[in-house]
Amino acid sequence: MHDIVRPGVIPASKRPLVSVSISAARLTYNGVPLFTDVNLRLEPAAITCLLGPSGVGKTTLLRMIAGLAEPEPPTTIAAGDGLPLHERIAYMAQQDLLLPWLDALDNVLLGPRLRGERLSAALVARALDLLARVGLEGREHDRPAALSGGQRQRVALARTLMEDRPLVLMDEPFSALDAITRLRLQELAAELLAGRTALLVTHDPLEALRLGHRVHVMTGKPATIGPALEPPGPPPRAVDDPAVLAMQAELLRRLAS
Amino acid sequence: MTRLFRALVTLAVLLIAWQALVWATEVPRYILPGPLLVTSALQRHAPLLLQHGLTTLGEILMGLVLGVALGTGSALVLASVRTARRWLMPLLVVSQAIPVFALAPLLVLWLGYGMASKVAMATLVIYFPVTTALFDGLRRTEPGWLDLARTMGASNVSALWHLRLPAALPALASGVRVATAVAPIGAIIGEWVGSSAGLGYLMLHANARMQVDLLFAALFVLGAFAVTLYAAVDTLLRRALPWQPDTHAFEERD
Repeated sequence: MHDIVRPGVIPASKRPLVSVSISAARLTYNGVPLFTDVNLRLEPAAITCLLGPSGVGKTTLLRMIAGLAEPEPPTTIAAGDGLPLHERIAYMAQQDLLLPWLDALDNVLLGPRLRGERLSAALVARALDLLARVGLEGREHDRPAALSGGQRQRVALARTLMEDRPLVLMDEPFSALDAITRLRLQELAAELLAGRTALLVTHDPLEALRLGHRVHVMTGKPATIGPALEPPGPPPRAVDDPAVLAMQAELLRRLAS
Repeated sequence: MTRLFRALVTLAVLLIAWQALVWATEVPRYILPGPLLVTSALQRHAPLLLQHGLTTLGEILMGLVLGVALGTGSALVLASVRTARRWLMPLLVVSQAIPVFALAPLLVLWLGYGMASKVAMATLVIYFPVTTALFDGLRRTEPGWLDLARTMGASNVSALWHLRLPAALPALASGVRVATAVAPIGAIIGEWVGSSAGLGYLMLHANARMQVDLLFAALFVLGAFAVTLYAAVDTLLRRALPWQPDTHAFEERD
């Protein structure tokens, strides 16, 4: 279904793919090294999950890639094609970060609006289409206050995809939601992220195993990133998938060690 | 409706207590006239009160418009230009240490006995609460929104216009509410220092001639203006910012 040509959307098959290599990453906080010499590779068109306890520095690593935190030397972050990553990323945070004075549609159109682009009919049609795909048809003109937490995060997901960037960075995007809403949104995200390179930072092993093509565990003091676990089958995987369950036990062991 | 009823009952009780005090103590009418005398003064001097009241109201409204406009402009400049913030913030803070009322005679000297000096006075009183409220609001933008704007490739001006300013509007609104409450003070002080029209002038004049009932009548008109103006501005701001979280969440329901 991703190859259906929508107004203003690059079909998944023609979207330029990007891979990212992070090497020799280093982060010190108050003189204490949180991690030194950490390496991570984001494979093209794959969802990479970075799983770790809070305070391990995974969010800062994501923020470095997003250009929101200054990488500490000798950290290098490079795209596979050698071009700058700047303006090729879309970012989604734990909070929905919706603007309370805009309705759902205008929130989805925030990126073009901030860049001063003309809001053409094609652009609006694409935003409406994205809202429909996240299941919010008919709620386009509701302000965030009128939406539930899950619906708000759906709008945030639509806003992230509206950017139509090859690299999507997500920082615990579903952790503030209740269990059922979280499972539904994970399925939606897996479907909508297909064909893009994505980094998903999470502390939920089940989430990582349902969504990730590659799952890395980041633990320790200073933290290190372990080798990738590659759950079989395409995401989103079922909650009761035997492989997912077996690996979940393994991940919990690695997290606890 | 019940809220209005409660307000009216409170007012009636206060008026009765006032009249009872006057009857009981037989205090002379040139010290404390009863509400009945004040009401009759209101009726007798209605055209005079209206004429002077309109002058004062004009001063307040012009001061409000000018003060809010200048304050908004200053806050935007302070928030967006780092050099301006570094050089002008200390000046702004120090300038507020000078009581504005001490400047009233100077303003009258410079701008004359007419409305200009009173408008300037009201503007000065309004300027500071508006500037600080909006500047504060502009500095407290949710950091996550600014992160989002950066990843979306927004310029600083665009982020100011689309994110920081709308986000700071509730803060500006509370600044404007404070300004509306203090605006009449500026106008009245200006009139006391030197003028030939306005409620402040009328009150001084009546006081000097022992027309205390007229003084109270002028005070009543001023109070009515102030309350009406505040209610109007408050309603307007609520209508303009419907997305604002309800600030009256803790207020008892009627």
